[in-house]
Amino acid sequence: MLGLQPGSSTVVPTSAPVGHRFEPYDSNGGSIAAVCGKDFCIIASDTRQSTGYSIQTRYKPKVFRLNDKATLATNGFAADAEAMVSRIRQRLEWYRHSHGRSMPLHAIARMISTILYGKRFFPYYVYNILGGLDEEGKGAVYSFDPVGSYEREFCRAAGAAQSLIQPFLDNQIMFKNQHSTPEHTVPKPGEMSLPDVLKIVMDSFTSATERHIEVGDGLEMFVVRTPPSAQGEAIGAASVDLKAMGGVEAVGGEDEQEEGAVMVIRRELKKD
Amino acid sequence: MNSILSRFSSTNALPANFDNEGGRQDFQDSINGAPAQFDLPGTEPARFLSQYTDVDSSNPAARIKLQHGTTTLAFRYKGGIIVCVDSRATAGSYIASGTVKKVIEINPYLLGTMAGGAADCQYWECRLHELRNKERISVAAASKYLSNIVYSYKGMGLSMGTMICGWDKTGPALFYVDSDGTRLKGDVFSVGSGSTFAYGVLDQGYHWDLTDAEAQELGRRSIYAATHRDAYSGNTINLYHVKEEGWEFIANYDAMNLHYDGPGDNVPGAPGGGYGWDVRTQGLSSKLEATEGQQTSGQGGRFADEQPLTASVQPPQA
Repeated sequence: MLGLQPGSSTVVPTSAPVGHRFEPYDSNGGSIAAVCGKDFCIIASDTRQSTGYSIQTRYKPKVFRLNDKATLATNGFAADAEAMVSRIRQRLEWYRHSHGRSMPLHAIARMISTILYGKRFFPYYVYNILGGLDEEGKGAVYSFDPVGSYEREFCRAAGAAQSLIQPFLDNQIMFKNQHSTPEHTVPKPGEMSLPDVLKIVMDSFTSATERHIEVGDGLEMFVVRTPPSAQGEAIGAASVDLKAMGGVEAVGGEDEQEEGAVMVIRRELKKD
Repeated sequence: MNSILSRFSSTNALPANFDNEGGRQDFQDSINGAPAQFDLPGTEPARFLSQYTDVDSSNPAARIKLQHGTTTLAFRYKGGIIVCVDSRATAGSYIASGTVKKVIEINPYLLGTMAGGAADCQYWECRLHELRNKERISVAAASKYLSNIVYSYKGMGLSMGTMICGWDKTGPALFYVDSDGTRLKGDVFSVGSGSTFAYGVLDQGYHWDLTDAEAQELGRRSIYAATHRDAYSGNTINLYHVKEEGWEFIANYDAMNLHYDGPGDNVPGAPGGGYGWDVRTQGLSSKLEATEGQQTSGQGGRFADEQPLTASVQPPQA
């Protein structure tokens, strides 16, 4: 583009050509992880949001409560995640209006898959982990790739520190490369108690914070379990007093919440 | 049903509004959960996708890493079809998962295998299960619907290499379908980064009159060979057998256990012992030779002077 300088008869360029490119994605760092047990599921994330080397905020939740039995962790591009979660929540609300109950976890997993695949040619840059309780009340973790391929697992880490956290979980939760000895038998995966899993999840994130620049600030752990009030006598994960551990009732999501069904435990992580 | 049936019974399957005019089209959720149409970027989808996604592992700078790398095989013989696959998914050099189900159970008498984009295979092959009628669909017809679908998206960046396996009126039937639109009928196929290694073993041992036990052993050994020589394949092996009554899941094997110990005791068709370790060490090295009474099987005890450990624990699949 050329501009004419007032009072001058010669043509002087006043601006250089500018190249515009469609840049629809950013990478916002952070990490997420989910682990399930017999009758509970823990879905965790750090709360730092960054772009490149600069930190945009120290508190941006990446885990979203969907209903009393489903919680979704997102990682990748925060704006895409936000847009996607609001679409998922809308679909869950429609389902509740037409069926009179919350959508079961396996159906939510399939729905997320089709929503992601619907943008196969312009993907959401989001890695998702869905955690909660299945229709039998057992803990469940579903992990997705950005275009909707998914799988049910016992544990999964994703995001910036995936390669730091996942091997640790493989060893501590799945007991990979551990062998039984006459003195000690290696337990089966998926049968660990809620307090033990919480400790492992906290250790995963403190260690990831030590070695990854995009992880830190805060840790948010959602615990999904059969509400203590729904049972006569609280057994298993329901008998764990999360309030004593600083647990608060989770807010947000598609329906009113049954007391104790989903709780959040917050911890500080290093902020440098 | 049968909107997809009518849409994809010819090669011209794109809906009328699925043209790329350069502008993005609004995505609408349809009630049955399937996308009414796909959301498109403003530019050509294939170029856009190759910029941001790592579909053929050629662009390590791409942000969106999709799961990749595979060995899958299927072969037809007098007793049906053997389908055998590994379970590793990689994103670059990172092993994203070691527990992927690469055999897609379309319905009780149709199986599909998964190579290339995991989501492309899962999504389109699962949609084949909607193909129901008073009569079972033939494997030829099912595979043709699939190839017509992917052909209609040609040039838009889909990535899949699949084998559709089943038993219909014509007997055992096997078709190879890929995202280029290729559709081939055949007796022996292997797809994926480890396919060359699998073919080596498969072609050597294949003939039509294999017994069921021999055929299952051939499938196992072929995928084992691929997990051994192809870094993008590994972890565990899933084995299926398609019979006249429908498919049957035979077993899941750990590739490392196959190497050292084989598929286990009294497995029909397997001679016993490991597929890789014994043949490489027996009688060749004094260091590795077990002395009288020493046990060499098991995860530990690979060296004669090492104490063998007791049984390793297999995690049950969720």
